[in-house]
Amino acid sequence: MSDPKLPGEEKSIDKPVMDPEASPKAGVEREDAQPDPELTPAIIEAPKPIAVKKGMWGSGTGDTSGYGRIVKPVEWPAPSAPPYGSWFDGVHDRLAALVADPFIKVVLDRGELTFHIPRAKLVEVMQALRDDAQLRFEFCASVSGVHYPQAAGEELHVVYHLQSMTHNRRLRVETSCPEADAHVPSIVAVYPAADWHEREAWDMFGIIFDGHPHLTRILMPDDWVGHPQRKDYPLGGIPIEYKGTTVPPVDQRRSY
Amino acid sequence: MSAQHTDYYAAPGEETEGTVYTAMGGGDWGDIASEQAERGDETLVINMGPQHPSTHGVLRLMVECDGETVQSIRPGIGFLHTGIEKNMEYRSWTQGTTFVTRMDYVAPIFNEVAYCLAVERLLGIEDQVPERASDIRVLMMELNRIASHLVAIGTGGMEIGALTVMTIGFREREMILDFFEAVTGLRMNHAYVRPGGVANDLPETGIAQLRDVIAWLDKHIPEYAAFCNENPIFKGRMCGIGVQDLSACFALGVTGPVLRSTGYAWDLRKQQPYCGYENYDFDVITWDTSDAYGRFRVRLDEMWESLKIVKQATDRLEASTGQPVMIDDPKIAWPATLAVGPDGQGNSHEHIKHIMGESMEALIHHFKLVTEGFRVPAGQAYVPIESPKGEIACHVVSDGGTKPFRCHLRDPGFNHLQSVPIQCEGGMLADVVVAIGSLDPVMGGVDR
Repeated sequence: MSDPKLPGEEKSIDKPVMDPEASPKAGVEREDAQPDPELTPAIIEAPKPIAVKKGMWGSGTGDTSGYGRIVKPVEWPAPSAPPYGSWFDGVHDRLAALVADPFIKVVLDRGELTFHIPRAKLVEVMQALRDDAQLRFEFCASVSGVHYPQAAGEELHVVYHLQSMTHNRRLRVETSCPEADAHVPSIVAVYPAADWHEREAWDMFGIIFDGHPHLTRILMPDDWVGHPQRKDYPLGGIPIEYKGTTVPPVDQRRSY
Repeated sequence: MSAQHTDYYAAPGEETEGTVYTAMGGGDWGDIASEQAERGDETLVINMGPQHPSTHGVLRLMVECDGETVQSIRPGIGFLHTGIEKNMEYRSWTQGTTFVTRMDYVAPIFNEVAYCLAVERLLGIEDQVPERASDIRVLMMELNRIASHLVAIGTGGMEIGALTVMTIGFREREMILDFFEAVTGLRMNHAYVRPGGVANDLPETGIAQLRDVIAWLDKHIPEYAAFCNENPIFKGRMCGIGVQDLSACFALGVTGPVLRSTGYAWDLRKQQPYCGYENYDFDVITWDTSDAYGRFRVRLDEMWESLKIVKQATDRLEASTGQPVMIDDPKIAWPATLAVGPDGQGNSHEHIKHIMGESMEALIHHFKLVTEGFRVPAGQAYVPIESPKGEIACHVVSDGGTKPFRCHLRDPGFNHLQSVPIQCEGGMLADVVVAIGSLDPVMGGVDR
């Protein structure tokens, strides 16, 4: 479509644009979804199974099917090594130049780039991602918590979805903390948009965002006990009796 | 209410400090008013909502007022929290559409599309979704965008006293909802968009009904411009209200018409096309006033752009009649050739004949799909699309199982409500209603 844009090329966004045609045409091609097809990033370490599923019918059920000995490890997409292709290398190298040793791992999966960052470096990384002209991820779209009970020492993850409107790129930054020490620095000072999202992650997952101006519950009532979206928090529900048989609540049904 | 210094509710021996307000005693209003007027330094804390007709559902606003001037305002949300995200973790991937459609119930198709695109990216089947399915998605989304903007304009108008704008808005929306009912079976809560395609093709009379809807909208959308654009009361209430400039939009994660009203032509349909939007001819609407009036004008003009897309989609669908609307992968595709039987149920006789009489393999696939669901390879995906309110996105995490490990919907209204203080503080109390109406939050999506 338009001329290829290099990282660091400036686009002015402080002047209002009257004519849609004159607006910044930052990479009309969907850069985030189209990595270089020629290039398959090298996998630097074998995927680590985070859980193992056995049998056909989940655990706790009588399995007469003969498939009870099936063992299926659950593997996350493996970390990848450079080069990543497309604009990914530019962002990766620039961030590595600005912040000392920022990555735990880098995962390029399904055309989406994820930087796994130690929580101690989170604010520094975010500040660099927002302010540097070659990075310019000026927009924090979403923050979501994820609870991985099997991942010992990093049970709670916080996932930030950044958008660079200047360069039309999307980037995911992920950090983690152990359940026993559920502290992650707040990025509200860098991205005010994260304010309510961090409150939601605290409310739902019990992740404490240090430095947040007002970390209170946002969706649940103020006096609620527990953090509902943790995996060990039950969904609730009662068994339903229908025509002589009982249908268990949904979280106690057979899972595959 | 009267002000005095005796606190009737104080515990024995408790000292009372300052003025005590009670409902006892009554008194002459003039005396009360003059008494209050002498104490001009005092501010009044008002709780607006959650049950308030102009808060678009159950939004609570804690307002601190000095006279009629808002000194500080803080939104409180969560009154419509139903745990949809948690519930989805216990249902299959296909059942997930039934849940997400209930989030932002004014624009349900967008929730479904965002979710399904995310699941499709995890499955790696983005390229295999049939073109006709994408065209139907675009058609439904754009009609839904018009319906959502009609609600935004209509209820926004009603809140400032322009009741006719609401009545005609709901009249047009009804035509669109009738079409939705003909296609999906329901006016809302459609669960129509499914991973891999859509639940069903358009009905036989679908295109004809669609042409009627287009003709109706062509005739009636100009009425809003005629009613509102130069209406002095409308402009008096809207111009210069709820001002939020571009940098504030960026900082607070504000997208959609609010962002475009600052003059920045950011629209994900153009910037990061999905569902084949790059094949459609339409413009991104902007305005340069950054206020409630600008947002109204952006929405108004966007309805025309959506109608342009609807017309193009109609032509494309007419040309592709008979093509599949569900992915050609028996391990993922739910039956998508449903028919409404005499009992009102939507079985597909062709499909039943096929699985019961012709193909054992198909029967196994059907059984596995419906009882167990399909498996999605482990990983995560985040897919944003442009909803009428702004960027709606779905972040899904799979652990390789038949159920979402985690599903988070980024609703634009959730971010937009963060900007209520910046838009309202220092303004008049009555303008709070206008500013919130111009943000167009839907609490079902905000609270999820």
